[in-house]
Amino acid sequence: MSSEFTKLFELFIAASIINNFVFTRFLGLCIFFGVSKKMETAIGMSITFTSVMVIAAALSWVVYQYVMIPLEITFLKIVIFIGIVAAFVQASDTIMRKVSPGLYYKLGVYLALISTNCIIIAVPLINAGEKYNFLESLSFGLGSGIGFALALIIMASIREKMELANVPRPFRGMPIAWITTALIALAFTGFSGIITL
Amino acid sequence: MEVPEEKISYLQLIKNGVFKENTIFRLVISLCPSIAVTTSIKNGFLLGIAVLFVQTMVNTTVGLLRNFIHPRIRIPIFMLIISGWVSVVDMLMAAYARETYKEIGLYIQIIVAFASILARAEMFASKHRVDYSFFDGFGSGLGFLIALVIISFFRELLGKGTLLGYSIVHAKPLLIMVMPTGGFLVVGLLMGFFNWIDMRFYGGKGAGGAGGH
Repeated sequence: MSSEFTKLFELFIAASIINNFVFTRFLGLCIFFGVSKKMETAIGMSITFTSVMVIAAALSWVVYQYVMIPLEITFLKIVIFIGIVAAFVQASDTIMRKVSPGLYYKLGVYLALISTNCIIIAVPLINAGEKYNFLESLSFGLGSGIGFALALIIMASIREKMELANVPRPFRGMPIAWITTALIALAFTGFSGIITL
Repeated sequence: MEVPEEKISYLQLIKNGVFKENTIFRLVISLCPSIAVTTSIKNGFLLGIAVLFVQTMVNTTVGLLRNFIHPRIRIPIFMLIISGWVSVVDMLMAAYARETYKEIGLYIQIIVAFASILARAEMFASKHRVDYSFFDGFGSGLGFLIALVIISFFRELLGKGTLLGYSIVHAKPLLIMVMPTGGFLVVGLLMGFFNWIDMRFYGGKGAGGAGGH
């Protein structure tokens, strides 16, 4: 039991820090650069992303194991996973609007952006590729979400400070954000090799 | 819904996709693979080809079917069309380019979530005739391909000292360029460079980079 727990914990750490989605797997960059201008949006986005990733991982694991493998339609996984994610996001959008309008007002904007995002679809695809079991899939989803949140928050706090800096004109906006990310990624390579799975 | 069709030249559409609305350097969307696969020209080129194919086929399909798609359910339909074509590319690559597929397979599957493809289908192909849609998709895919090749050119040359696998520079390579850091750095510098050209010679304001995804 304890060794299983250790494995789950290792998976969580590996997904969140060592194989951080943004800095070493390069997924979700578009949203990473898009919403990291302000701390507030960054936090809202991280909460939404983490929860959607965990639930998407769970849902698609169930569908993959109990529907797709018995029917031998695993080659359709791209189509089916994107369908699951889109349907789930649409459903939670509708439910949230009815049940808690306050939360919807805060996070609804981000939900709409999520359904076609690469890092949400990557989690089920990687889970299926690595043949994780249910708990492993969940901890991978959670780890990836937390890792993404970490990246967003670090970047947002740097970019808020950077507003005041005197950046050469052609580099203002996107280019300097990329170069900053390069430096953060350099720091993150320091984590590599802590855990080898 | 139906827009009166004005005459657009095919060349203009392609040029628009390559320069004015270059997916990576100007619109700053669909960036994920621009770093992940550009460690060698071969990988960058193959992913570029995959995107070019998917983009062209999706635009053509949407252009053909646009009169049959009910506007209210268009986005799910577009997603279905896109994921269908991505599955085709995924299986083709897995069959005929096995070595490369092992390295960049995940990113090929990720094409399904590319904003640029959905955006082209939604903004252009659903409103224009099929031949215009075809050339628009081709141009936009070509722009993506060119951007990937430029980035991977610099990264392979500096990071490994080779071009297309042939040794060119006989000095110690800059290992940092093939690491994640190098990817971000090269894209950032190139983006700044293109902004500079735009400001210096064309009087533009430079790509603000709206973000999105």
